[in-house]
Amino acid sequence: MDLNTVSEVARPSTRDEIPNWSDSDAWLAGGTWLFSEPQPDVRRLIDLEGLGWESLLVHEPGLSIAATCTISRLYGLVAPPEWTAAPLIRQCCQSLLASFKIWNTATVGGNICMSLPAGAMISLTAALDGVCTIWPREGGERRVRVVDFVTGVHQNVLGPGDLLRSIDLPAYALHKRTSLRRQSLTHLGRSSVLLIGTLCPREGTMAITITASTVRPIRFEFPGVPADDELRSKLQEGIPDAWYVDDVHGTPDYRKHLTLYLAEDIREELSAGGSV
Amino acid sequence: MNYYVNGKTFAAEPRPGQCLRTFLRDLGWFGVKKGCDAGDCGACTVWLDGVPVHSCLVPAFRAAGRQVTTIEGLAGHRDLHPMQQALIDAQGFQCGFCTAGLAMTAATLTEEDRQDLPRVLKGNLCRCTGYHSIENAIHGMKSIEEPLPGEAFGSNLAAPASTEIVTGKARYTLDVHIDGLLHLKLLRSPHAHARILSIRKDRALAVPGVHAVYTWEDVPRLLYTAATHDDYHSDPNDTYILDNVVRQPGQRVAAVVADGVGAAEEGCRRLDVDYQLLPAVFDPEEAMRVGAPVLHDKGAESRIQRPGRNILLELHANIGDVEVGLEQADVVHEATYSTHRAQHAHFETHCTIAWIDEKHRLNVRTSTQTPFLTKAKLCYFFSLYPNSVRVFSERVGGGFGAKQEMVTEDICAFAAIKTGRPVQLEYTREEQFIGATTRHPMKVHVKVGAQRDGTLTALQLRIVSNTGAYGTHGGSTLFHSTGESVAVYRCPNKKIDAYAVYTNNVPAGAFRGYGLSQTIFAVESAMDALARSLRMDPIEFRRRNVIRPGDPMTSLGLEAHDLDYGSCGLEQCLDLVNDALVDRAALACPEGDEWLVGKGVALAMIACAPPTEHRSEACVSLEAAGKYHLAIGSPEFGNGSTAVRHQLAATILGTSPSRVISIQSDTDRTGYDTGPFGSTGTTVAGKAVHEAAESRRDRVLDFAARHFGTGSDKCRLEQDAVVCKGTRIGLTDLHDAAREEGRLLRVVRKAYGTPRTVAFNVHGFWIAVHSVTGEVKILQSVHAADAGVVINPLQLRGQVEGGIAQGLGWALYEKMVFDQEGRVVNPTFRHYRIPAYADIPRSEVYFAQTTDVFGPLGAKSMSEAPINPVAPALANALADAMGIRFHDLPLAPDRIYRFIFGKHPRDPHSAPDRGNLSGSDRGLPADDTLAPEED
Repeated sequence: MDLNTVSEVARPSTRDEIPNWSDSDAWLAGGTWLFSEPQPDVRRLIDLEGLGWESLLVHEPGLSIAATCTISRLYGLVAPPEWTAAPLIRQCCQSLLASFKIWNTATVGGNICMSLPAGAMISLTAALDGVCTIWPREGGERRVRVVDFVTGVHQNVLGPGDLLRSIDLPAYALHKRTSLRRQSLTHLGRSSVLLIGTLCPREGTMAITITASTVRPIRFEFPGVPADDELRSKLQEGIPDAWYVDDVHGTPDYRKHLTLYLAEDIREELSAGGSV
Repeated sequence: MNYYVNGKTFAAEPRPGQCLRTFLRDLGWFGVKKGCDAGDCGACTVWLDGVPVHSCLVPAFRAAGRQVTTIEGLAGHRDLHPMQQALIDAQGFQCGFCTAGLAMTAATLTEEDRQDLPRVLKGNLCRCTGYHSIENAIHGMKSIEEPLPGEAFGSNLAAPASTEIVTGKARYTLDVHIDGLLHLKLLRSPHAHARILSIRKDRALAVPGVHAVYTWEDVPRLLYTAATHDDYHSDPNDTYILDNVVRQPGQRVAAVVADGVGAAEEGCRRLDVDYQLLPAVFDPEEAMRVGAPVLHDKGAESRIQRPGRNILLELHANIGDVEVGLEQADVVHEATYSTHRAQHAHFETHCTIAWIDEKHRLNVRTSTQTPFLTKAKLCYFFSLYPNSVRVFSERVGGGFGAKQEMVTEDICAFAAIKTGRPVQLEYTREEQFIGATTRHPMKVHVKVGAQRDGTLTALQLRIVSNTGAYGTHGGSTLFHSTGESVAVYRCPNKKIDAYAVYTNNVPAGAFRGYGLSQTIFAVESAMDALARSLRMDPIEFRRRNVIRPGDPMTSLGLEAHDLDYGSCGLEQCLDLVNDALVDRAALACPEGDEWLVGKGVALAMIACAPPTEHRSEACVSLEAAGKYHLAIGSPEFGNGSTAVRHQLAATILGTSPSRVISIQSDTDRTGYDTGPFGSTGTTVAGKAVHEAAESRRDRVLDFAARHFGTGSDKCRLEQDAVVCKGTRIGLTDLHDAAREEGRLLRVVRKAYGTPRTVAFNVHGFWIAVHSVTGEVKILQSVHAADAGVVINPLQLRGQVEGGIAQGLGWALYEKMVFDQEGRVVNPTFRHYRIPAYADIPRSEVYFAQTTDVFGPLGAKSMSEAPINPVAPALANALADAMGIRFHDLPLAPDRIYRFIFGKHPRDPHSAPDRGNLSGSDRGLPADDTLAPEED
């Protein structure tokens, strides 16, 4: 929709050209959320497109994703064959409520900075040990794990004027076995619960990353595949009831119920089949 | 920078925060539509360098220097892109408002994509079709026929506007450029109930571009009802154009008129309103209690029955003696069923452009189902003579009843009169939820009893309907809710107590089903429960108890004076559904012990016109070119009635539908029409066409007979000529000859919505429900409709499929949620989910073979009704699968799971709600389903 209060667009091409942040500024990456709701307090858009960040970099340390990389670019990534976790990328893209047309403009960084429980790019990058690189307003760089980046519904560690630059997925995480489960109230709708399990083939460690059902991503790590009751009690103890999301896309009790049920499903899948 | 659209170059610059959608429309590409303006529906899909995007989410400046393709450029140098042709061939649209976006999406799909339509069509919502015809289009299936002259009746004729729709040329309300257009925005109340002490305009008027601000002190202080009926007495006069009391969050407070939408919005933000808060009430039962806040302290002139108790209307009826009937019963089911508030979600939001022309006439181009009734209200407001007002619509982007209401026309016309400038008001999607109408939530307490052999002995309903802050259709829907739902059952003892009650919620209005959907959910659930108690097949139970021709149709009174059996295909419909619901063994059930499988059916009856005055006038003329011109006041909003009317006319006139040119819904150019609501598009407007065409034919033949010097029985009409004893006279020559003789070339006939016949629908489901996740999978969906003689099977099937989809949305997902202050929590398609392609199963659709004695050429209504049996059929299937009967909707997974898993184990002895079964002392088994506790 038209953002009628916007009177100016800054289009920096380097970090130095980014103007001083004011409260009525908004970063413009894909714009798919920004333009989807009224933004009466926004006067200036700072367009990140001109910064020309390389969308995707496959290199020895792993996968580096620019915050401005579109979902469709990520979806189209041709991953090295040894990245056993690569299918998770497409599964997570398809877990988005948004259609493939939105993927053509929506960005990975935008999805993470939106910090919604159902942000499937959060699910993906949190599960694969992703690390965010932040450009703080005052300069320099800061790194924070994705799982710690999102702190609540529409809340994250970014301060005013801070900018998410990129997300790095380490190579070791991309070599893990993965298992994804999700459920929504409508077919292919917004996720009520999205769980990803990972199993490290080398060390046998298992992790379960819970998103969509909780207000922020929560990750449980185990030295090996836990027993069913151990997994269940860990989840029950580790997630206070108040952390389960209460909105029109699912009641908190439903989300809790499914979280426990699907986590067990993942555990069973990962415990079977051995290492890849 | 330059912008390149469909091969043309534009030097215009967009505003900094403008999205591509509105920029393209500013450039004249009106094929780019707004459904949601938030990226959810896909109606605005265009290509950017060949890649499909939702143009409402793309900053316009990003399109600079890139190639933009809209629906107008899709075909390139061809007449039509193959996908456009495919959409015509399969009639993959009804109102057509989502079609441009769908075509722009579907045209990009690869063969692999076509195998995965649930995913690739996530971003294209359609409210009309139920997606089956869209699927057919994408798979290249041709459904339309080109009938021979005189044989259009009964054929699968394409909608006459098909080409315009798929090419983006069909003009909806706002698809026009008007010089000097001003824009109006409404400031809305944040409070549920408040008195406006003052409104200071000065800061708003200071905004550059703002022309005027109007408050309740500026507008005519005339009470009216926003509902439109031929007789305005049907609805209460409880509304002012702008009022000094607000009774719902979202009510209009003031109007700001400005050069642009942005300035008008800014003006609204700068209005200083001083409210005195008043206590609010949201529950209708509470609202009826002594001491509850009174919403409308109005006198008898308002036609509110008991304003001091917030009761708009109450109805009470007694036939026989229910107490005696209940005593005679061997088994009794008693429960309270409730339904929730839902929104029509028609894709073209409410919108109007009004202007004063050079002859000082008020012109109103608007998205309405009732141009003539809207005109009458405007004349009343502004003391205008009828001949000084024109209200019209070219094509309406969906309605489902929502546009049987004056939502935008009044204030827009007022602003046009005051400013002397053209003024436009376009609702946002959010405004549709907070400032328009909804379906009435109803609470229906049912008590129903039957004897051991299945004979009904008593049927009692207490209905409480929540009309919200304003009455509009509250009384009429209450009346309708008590009608066919009850009358369809033959039962000597019936009792009804019904109340339509004001609360501080967004108002409810007319919505497909018009009150019946709600009571049919209750009655059909109750009948199912009774049948289960009696261990009787639910279809067999219904067969025993439904009315047959000759039986009186009793509900509120002994019999409606003009309701009769023009035909009755109810038993056929029951048989068709019964036969089609195959054995469980033949179903493709999902694997796993967690899936529970069940079957459910429900039926519905509907009168084929409202009991209120309803009339239509059709004018058929012979044109110089030898074609026929048909003028009818009834608008087309996706109900397919234009095709039906062309078929009626062409068949009677012995020609091809393409030789009938029609105009419609224009108070200047067509005769009076009450409007296509109350299931009247075919039965009243169609009947007028039928009679006008017959008269036109007879006159042409008479004239030709005299020309040939013979009797008219020796003449016959062909495609473009009259043939008599082997000689022909072309219609063009005939036209000229008739004109020379000064003969009237126009024929006008009127039709009335009385006597009224009845139509029937039966729906059946096999479903599987997952006992852990609560997910519902529909394994088989079967619908049988008795629409009399079917004029156009393809269009009729589309109406049925669309109704099923809308019914499934209401039954499974769609629910308006409110916070404690009565504000809508989910006023967007992202949070109020209407069904997407992935949500809707294909349904088997069957038609009963009947010929109606009242309807045109034996046809009956069938656009409104198919929604009615869907929700109860689904709930009955769920009861069969789970052993738990839900008394409310939606049947969403997060509610279902709770009652299967953990909290309410399937144990009849712990049933929380079994005291309502009276059969035990007579040794009969009770309904074996449990009732979940209230949330």
